Amino acid sequence: MSRKEARLKARFEHLAAEGRAGLVTFITAGDPNREVSSAIIEGLPGAGADIIELGMPFTDPMADGPAIQASSLRALEAGQDMKATLAMVRSFREKDDDTPIVLMGYYNPIYIYGVEQFSEDAADAGVDGLIIVDVPPEEDAELRDPANKAGIDFVRLTTPTSDEQRLPALMGGASGFIYYVSIAGITGTKSAATSNVADAVTRIRKFSDLPIAVGFGIKTPQQAAKIARVADAAVVGSAIVQVIAENAEKGDKTKGSPDLVNSVLRFVSELAQGVRTARS
Amino acid sequence: MTTSSDEKPNSFKALPDSDGHFGIYGGRYVAETLMPLILSVEKAYEEAQADPTFQAELDEYLKHYVGRPSPLYHASRLSEHLGGAKIYFKRDELNHTGAHKINNTMGQILLARRMGKERIIAETGAGQHGVATATVCALFGMRCVVYMGETDIARQAPNVFRMKLLGAEVVPVTSGSATLKDAMNEALRDWVSNVDDTYYIIGTVAGPHPYPAMVRNFQKIIGEEVRQQMMEAEGRLPDSLVACIGGGSNAIGLFYDFLDEEEVTIYAVEAAGKGIETGEHAASLSAGEPGVLHGNRTYLLQDEDGQITEAHSISAGLDYPGIGPEHSWLHDAGRVNYVPITDDEALEAFQLCTKLEGIIPALEPSHALAHVSKIAPTLPKDHLLVMNMCGRGDKDVFTVAEALGVTL
Repeated sequence: MSRKEARLKARFEHLAAEGRAGLVTFITAGDPNREVSSAIIEGLPGAGADIIELGMPFTDPMADGPAIQASSLRALEAGQDMKATLAMVRSFREKDDDTPIVLMGYYNPIYIYGVEQFSEDAADAGVDGLIIVDVPPEEDAELRDPANKAGIDFVRLTTPTSDEQRLPALMGGASGFIYYVSIAGITGTKSAATSNVADAVTRIRKFSDLPIAVGFGIKTPQQAAKIARVADAAVVGSAIVQVIAENAEKGDKTKGSPDLVNSVLRFVSELAQGVRTARS
Repeated sequence: MTTSSDEKPNSFKALPDSDGHFGIYGGRYVAETLMPLILSVEKAYEEAQADPTFQAELDEYLKHYVGRPSPLYHASRLSEHLGGAKIYFKRDELNHTGAHKINNTMGQILLARRMGKERIIAETGAGQHGVATATVCALFGMRCVVYMGETDIARQAPNVFRMKLLGAEVVPVTSGSATLKDAMNEALRDWVSNVDDTYYIIGTVAGPHPYPAMVRNFQKIIGEEVRQQMMEAEGRLPDSLVACIGGGSNAIGLFYDFLDEEEVTIYAVEAAGKGIETGEHAASLSAGEPGVLHGNRTYLLQDEDGQITEAHSISAGLDYPGIGPEHSWLHDAGRVNYVPITDDEALEAFQLCTKLEGIIPALEPSHALAHVSKIAPTLPKDHLLVMNMCGRGDKDVFTVAEALGVTL
């Protein structure tokens, strides 16, 4: 058991000290299978990921575009479940006690696991934060309270539709960081104009001192760099997942091509390069 | 926060609460992007409810366009054949477009117009809700996009063509099991991507608040008419009500006005597919567990990891792994009896009704008919039973022919 307090806080302080934004990389746990997925996660910090966002696969990912939908199904077909996802975090923590891990997903698998038990087990495994897409502030107390009690940050989402009346309530129960969904849409589709993102970040800063990560529609190192100039972190998901998909198709169905892990990490390095040089 | 089934509420009609909860069920489990929009739908709906001109306009369309009130018909030959209860059909299959669905789409399109929305999206399973939505969009000259699972498109070809004739774009959904649940995922993805100009007409008493309550309120006219018609016909209330249940809109429409009438026994019939024991069914209350999907907490078919499992029913309209949250609450409270009927039982009832009454029922109410066939013989001749004939069966003749091994 390797509980360490506030990895997210420490990581963002470290980034601020370095004067740069962070790179948050998303992959779905167990995609294309548990073994390959674990190898990717273990390689992410070395490739330049500052925070790992790990998707908990779900059959009905309503806020996700085709790339992440497909990654969820690949993981489920390979037998991934919540216990396996937590076990992957636990084994990552044996080697890396500093890189924050944020679980992202939908409420039902957590609800069925049991919110109290899930919070305890996730914290025990070394999870630092939760992003639950289909639980708005109006409904999140039943999960946020046990998660916070277990020491897990509850990351709130804000969107282009969150106006100034709604923002204070959104910030109220937030911890870890604020996730700004930069487009009104699903993952991996449209991209926002940088100026709109900058305006939104300024608006959010009026209501919260927490770091702001920006995601949705960031697909290239260049786009990540643009976001890194105006936000505290850039989140890339679908584009990474797409590299997994392309290599999984090329190789053996269950194992993926031998080059899969390297291809993913190579792409993450390029993204990290973009983020790290953005402000220089 | 739980509703104990030991405590009997003062009224079964007092919910949802202001946040859309029916006990632990219901609520608003949607992406943050949609929340401001959902709240504005709720506000617009509350304002419409308080505005007498809204109801007056809806009443006019229901009377002259939909054809309400629908008749309450004494099915004398079926009653005689079954040899027990006096069976009445509430003839909602005689509505324009052939099902109860238009009661709701007419109400919601008027609301969408009030809100200044220009584009309408909908999900559909059997195609009845899609047709009812495409119809009101044609009537008011609004753009219409209907999401429909590929599996359902294949088995409901006539309805797909009807929607296209009415000017709707029918988008095939290939993800997941390519049925109603996946169509609803895709409609939600569309909505989150088009929040400014688009209104989502949900077809059943599910989804985020205010939909379960709003759709119920647009459908409760069914039961209100039955009360009046039964008083005229028999001078008293019915003894029992029977309706089929997928999401549950025709059922709650029939039941709602009678929920506080203790002497009225209520049955809702779930699709048991090939049998509950086979795992191939759509009986979320008989065989599911509470969970969160599509904006609400309710009973769902799912595995032990909380993954949603595929539903099965011969009836596309019942082929959904969830159920409206108010039904989950009524189930736990013990007010409504939820019973399963298999594909085969529904097929048999379909043929019986067609031959004895000259009414070809949809496969959905054929499930309700099958339960009527089971209980009617055990009931006295003065027992007044009302079954909601919520849709006509023209759309299903190909499916039935295939199931009976007939080549058309």
